[in-house]
Amino acid sequence: MKTQIGFVALLAGLSTGAIAQNFNDPAEFERQKALLTVAPQGPDGKPWEQNLGGEKVDTAKYKKPGPYKLCFSNAGVNNPWRVVGFTNMQAEVDANKADIASFTHADAEGKDDKQISDINAFVNSSQCDALIVSPNTTAALTPAVEAAAKKLPVVVFDRGVDSKAPVTFINPIGGYGFGIQGASFIAEKIPAGGSVLALRILPGVDVLENRWAAAERIFKEKGIKVVGAEFTNGDNAKTKAIVEDYINRFGKIDGVWMDAGATAVAALEAFEDAGKPYPVINGEDQQDFLQKWKKNKLTAIAPTYPTYQWRTPVIAAIRILKGEPVVGPTWKLPQPAITAENLDKFVNDKMPPLHYALCGCEQMTNYPARWGGK
Amino acid sequence: MSATAAHTAPSAALRFVRGINVGVAIFLVLYGTIAVLQPSYFEVEGFLNFLRRAAPLIILACGQLFVIAGGGFDLSMGSLVTLTVLGGSMLAGGNPENTWWTIGVLYLIGLGVGLVNGLVVTLLKVPSIIATLGMLLSLNGAALMWSGGAPRGYLPENFRALGRLVYREVPVTGIMPLSVIILIGFVALAAWLLHATVFGRQVLAVGDNPRAAELAGVPVGATRVLVFVISALSAVTAGILLGGFAGVSTAVGQGLELQAIAACVIGGAQLLGGRASVTGAVAGSLSLFALFTLLNLMGLPQPLRETVQGLILIAAVASSAWRMRRA
Repeated sequence: MKTQIGFVALLAGLSTGAIAQNFNDPAEFERQKALLTVAPQGPDGKPWEQNLGGEKVDTAKYKKPGPYKLCFSNAGVNNPWRVVGFTNMQAEVDANKADIASFTHADAEGKDDKQISDINAFVNSSQCDALIVSPNTTAALTPAVEAAAKKLPVVVFDRGVDSKAPVTFINPIGGYGFGIQGASFIAEKIPAGGSVLALRILPGVDVLENRWAAAERIFKEKGIKVVGAEFTNGDNAKTKAIVEDYINRFGKIDGVWMDAGATAVAALEAFEDAGKPYPVINGEDQQDFLQKWKKNKLTAIAPTYPTYQWRTPVIAAIRILKGEPVVGPTWKLPQPAITAENLDKFVNDKMPPLHYALCGCEQMTNYPARWGGK
Repeated sequence: MSATAAHTAPSAALRFVRGINVGVAIFLVLYGTIAVLQPSYFEVEGFLNFLRRAAPLIILACGQLFVIAGGGFDLSMGSLVTLTVLGGSMLAGGNPENTWWTIGVLYLIGLGVGLVNGLVVTLLKVPSIIATLGMLLSLNGAALMWSGGAPRGYLPENFRALGRLVYREVPVTGIMPLSVIILIGFVALAAWLLHATVFGRQVLAVGDNPRAAELAGVPVGATRVLVFVISALSAVTAGILLGGFAGVSTAVGQGLELQAIAACVIGGAQLLGGRASVTGAVAGSLSLFALFTLLNLMGLPQPLRETVQGLILIAAVASSAWRMRRA
């Protein structure tokens, strides 16, 4: 028994070592930190068409007469972020009816193997003029995307692939940027010598690991004491229980850093139930958090990973098939944070609790009903 | 195993040790360790807060216990919890006036789910593990379809209060969470049903030997249907408390059915029926919840936590089985 636990501990140690190596890249940290201050180029008020600098890719060789058949291989619609994103994308398709003959969606349900076979099926179907891919995991999907890119133009967004074969890869600044925005704010606002509790969803997901790596680094630089980093599995009840335990143990927690905002309200409720003042906190752009923030005048910030990025691939695919140049091979979208100054612009109690405010969907047809709003 | 050994009467001390439920013993050890790490758990308030958080699992385990006692499994509990929380938020839509009829509708849904589970098992002769697995998938699908994959509404404050409200300045205990009062009522009802009614004895008889029970005149079919109804109603109750405690999320019920089954087994219930006690189920779920809390407090890395959790579960069940052979 003893040896077994020792062995497991050794394994666990090895795996965390490996994770730390993969997901903490100082060069990328600096790059994203710099991107946070870059002024976006492109049409005003349409961040999904903007970019943070980048070259243009010539797409003349893909030019063909429309309307076009678009295909979309989706990693999954398995969380509220992806639900809002996919709704944005469908609305974007509807808005471009004149150029789009058909839009075929394959949901990989969070499985690499299914997504690989979805992509192969699309490529062999001859029903696709262009392929949009939101990969489930980077390494596993790279060969399938590379193979597809030999046959038709491919646009990748959200999570990336290890290849330059796609025409362009669209995403916001990234995980480090998110981590920097949240942690810098908390570090600045909590009293000197204050303590921070970090709440994470689960280990091993690149974007989430990057967010935490950046935050950990900022807290270290500013000399902030992190009293714990706990995994919540994205579950409200577990989050609330963990936070209650920490409040009991330390009496006072000054700041709560979160790698994703879905359980931010549950974390805040733990402070309410314990009769403690609210901590300085970062959430995300979910409406439940924004509403709570406004109602209780929290000291808070909401870094985002905007769902408006789901609109961009459709726009890019149409431009590519028309032979118009697009930003590439990487197309960086702006990644704003919601602050006390612009909170009122984003909070909207007519929208569902887990609606993401940065959907860029307010001017689209059937808003807000299509997104579940009233 | 010599004949003389088998006939030696166990000493009084040994008999006493065997008389204690394994679940109770495990719980006391785990809870003691937690309290050493974090002394606030030694106070009444700390214990009541612990109970408040463990309440949904205890209620689920008590419901599951009836199905296990009757020789089956109910794997659909967790997804019914999810459906209760999502459905509750959709029906009530954040309006406190809708709370009471919403809760009524949720219990009707629970009743329906339990009846379908029970009838599929008794009339169609589908093994309960398959019937309720099918129900798990259908309910998850229904919850996702109904809510469009993301929660679409809030639970009103008076609904939340059932799992969240804590009465302050109560005599003797200091605080009293409303969910603990609900928990005590529920457990008392379950204990009465299983241990003090004819129905309870019939459940155990059906689980022990359905053929014998039938020959003895027990209405086997009706009993089986009823245990699934009890299990489903307890899942709705747990869902109301969980939604109240922490609000709406789509992952709320995930894996709870297995935790409930594990809790029953730690508490000495025999899988495939015939032996079960409510005390055991309560102690088993308290042990399990204490284990989760302890592993959290110790701050072990996730993979190690899961491994330790698995080892302790196996050890608990093995020791319970060993005691049974010896008893």
